[in-house]
Amino acid sequence: MKIHEYQAKEILKKFGVAVPEGSVAFTVEEAQKIADDLGGRVVVKAQIHAGGRGKGGGVKLANSAQEAQGIAQNMLGMKLITPQTGPQGKEVKCLLIAEQIDILNELYAGIVLDRIRSQNVFMVSTEGGVEIEKVAAETPEKIVKEYIDPAVGFQPFQARKLAYALNLEGDQVKACIKFLLALYTAYEESDASLAEINPLVVTKDGRVLALDAKMNFDDNALYRHPEAKAMRDLSEEEPSEVEASKYNLNYIRLDGEVGCVVNGAGLAMATMDIIKLAGGEPANFLDVGGVASSETVSNGFNILLAHPKLKSVLINIFGGIVRCDRVAQGVVDALTKVEVTVPIVVRLEGTNAEQARQLLEESPLEFIVATDFKDAAEKAVAAARGA
Amino acid sequence: MSILVDENTKLAVQGITGGEGSFHTRHMIEYGTKVVAGVVPGKKGQEFEGVPIYNTVAEAVEHEGANASVVFVPAPFAADAVMEAAQAGVEVVVCITEGIPTKNMINAYEYLRHRKTRLIGPNCPGIISPGKTKVGIMPAAIHQKGSVGVISRSGTLTYEAVDQLTRLGLGQTTCIGIGGDPIVGSQFVDLLPLFEDDPETEAVVLIGEIGGSAEEQAAELVKDGKVKKPVVAFVAGKTAPPGRRMGHAGAIIAGGKGTATEKIAALKDAGVQVCDSPAVIGQTVAQALGK
Repeated sequence: MKIHEYQAKEILKKFGVAVPEGSVAFTVEEAQKIADDLGGRVVVKAQIHAGGRGKGGGVKLANSAQEAQGIAQNMLGMKLITPQTGPQGKEVKCLLIAEQIDILNELYAGIVLDRIRSQNVFMVSTEGGVEIEKVAAETPEKIVKEYIDPAVGFQPFQARKLAYALNLEGDQVKACIKFLLALYTAYEESDASLAEINPLVVTKDGRVLALDAKMNFDDNALYRHPEAKAMRDLSEEEPSEVEASKYNLNYIRLDGEVGCVVNGAGLAMATMDIIKLAGGEPANFLDVGGVASSETVSNGFNILLAHPKLKSVLINIFGGIVRCDRVAQGVVDALTKVEVTVPIVVRLEGTNAEQARQLLEESPLEFIVATDFKDAAEKAVAAARGA
Repeated sequence: MSILVDENTKLAVQGITGGEGSFHTRHMIEYGTKVVAGVVPGKKGQEFEGVPIYNTVAEAVEHEGANASVVFVPAPFAADAVMEAAQAGVEVVVCITEGIPTKNMINAYEYLRHRKTRLIGPNCPGIISPGKTKVGIMPAAIHQKGSVGVISRSGTLTYEAVDQLTRLGLGQTTCIGIGGDPIVGSQFVDLLPLFEDDPETEAVVLIGEIGGSAEEQAAELVKDGKVKKPVVAFVAGKTAPPGRRMGHAGAIIAGGKGTATEKIAALKDAGVQVCDSPAVIGQTVAQALGK
């Protein structure tokens, strides 16, 4: 789960990570008030779940509370387009108003899971303020890593090594060590899956601060972090995906015309791939889970049918413990409840597949029954073209 | 032969009385798996389908000689159950549970690193050695005894591949679902050498997907000459958008890394036969074996 920068900074502050003074504003009046309290010289930052905000005009400096008010007026409600939002952009609903910082040096610090080692890794770099993926690709030697031993956690000597690797001196080292140790505690205690400070800045008055902050949470651990769960901003997510999550369906909206309803995530991805191979474009990823009952199938259909480009639907179910005839009955029941205007191709394989095919053929509804995986994809793509 | 589990496997089921645990235990017994014990704290002395229940895995090992366990325990408690099985000394623990917090798994992984127990999963369908034993939730009927090894990060996509093999008369030595989470106990590289050493396995099917670098590591192993048997692969997610988690917690292209294209290129470079379509996995294996 993603959160906004201002929320990440609230969490970090709670754990003793140094962040610039500031707070969130949802209205122009709030923005002016906060800017006033901070002495007028502030930065106004649009809060959306995407990076590259500066490039899209989502980060602006103000030298007075009045100026901040003017910027806030323009920014609130605007569609912010950045390299990460796509061409449609994202509506700005709130702003972070923070003190301006006199920067001496821009650095990078981040913690993330290393999947090869099955351990967390703490990374720092002197190359702050640019995308870390770019640094990793072009100058990997400029990223210094310390792996975190799960038995003892991140140790002070590791923080020292990282601070020295950042070429810091004197009091900056001490401030940086304190910063890194606090950042680790925040990551660990909140079950984060990412904590990224880019840039981490050294100020002219010797402070070490998180100028920007990004935190993601492990969805599987949200049950024990109600405070983090409450930070989810549904308006940042695709509405059809929010709707699907209410029914515990794994749905991701894509841009194609062939919808798919599949049981199992791997098979669902493979189904998207085979649609593409057959010359079509998948309209979505949808895993209805192992059960694939009448209810999950009809909920899935309702979400799918809202897609404006949808021209055909491919139902691909591999019945294992769940028998195909029961799935077929579910599909028939679902389609008597939901009005479907596009052709439906059904491919059921596995336990009781024969009975299932018979059931579909005998139903008053119209299905295109496919014989195998490839046939199903080709029929679904052909149906989309004909529609 | 087969790898990891066979007719000598004596299985303890952790969470045998739960919804999933009881349902799949019946199916495993029906298949012929020697389920020797159930483990449910507080239910010692009870029975399920004639199988004695104990409070701890250690008791199941001591009294019934359990040498493997399967975990159906709910996500918040599953990593703990895995560590309990490892401490009790079973050879293999298969964790079916989906949704375990990463932090719990980092700790469990570290705990197992220092012990002899091998973990398969979590978030996986389990292991089956057709004709011998089934430790998991896969539909038994599609499997057939034979000479192909299968290792996969997926569930139903594995069933799809196995079904294709069986229809072509290509049976399997052992099929293993390694799980769809970012941290799993065993990766392709841990299991490929076991198939390489198994005299009955003639070819291996490897089913990967986007996210992480398990496929690239497997490619390196093959390239280094450590796997000489033919390997046929499919990597799901060529059409998956970056930055989105595709159902499995581990199936995500992060920071431009972990794409299907990269994985396919690495595997092809190592001489692995990569199927473009998930519909031709079976026939590609048949060709590789000259059948």
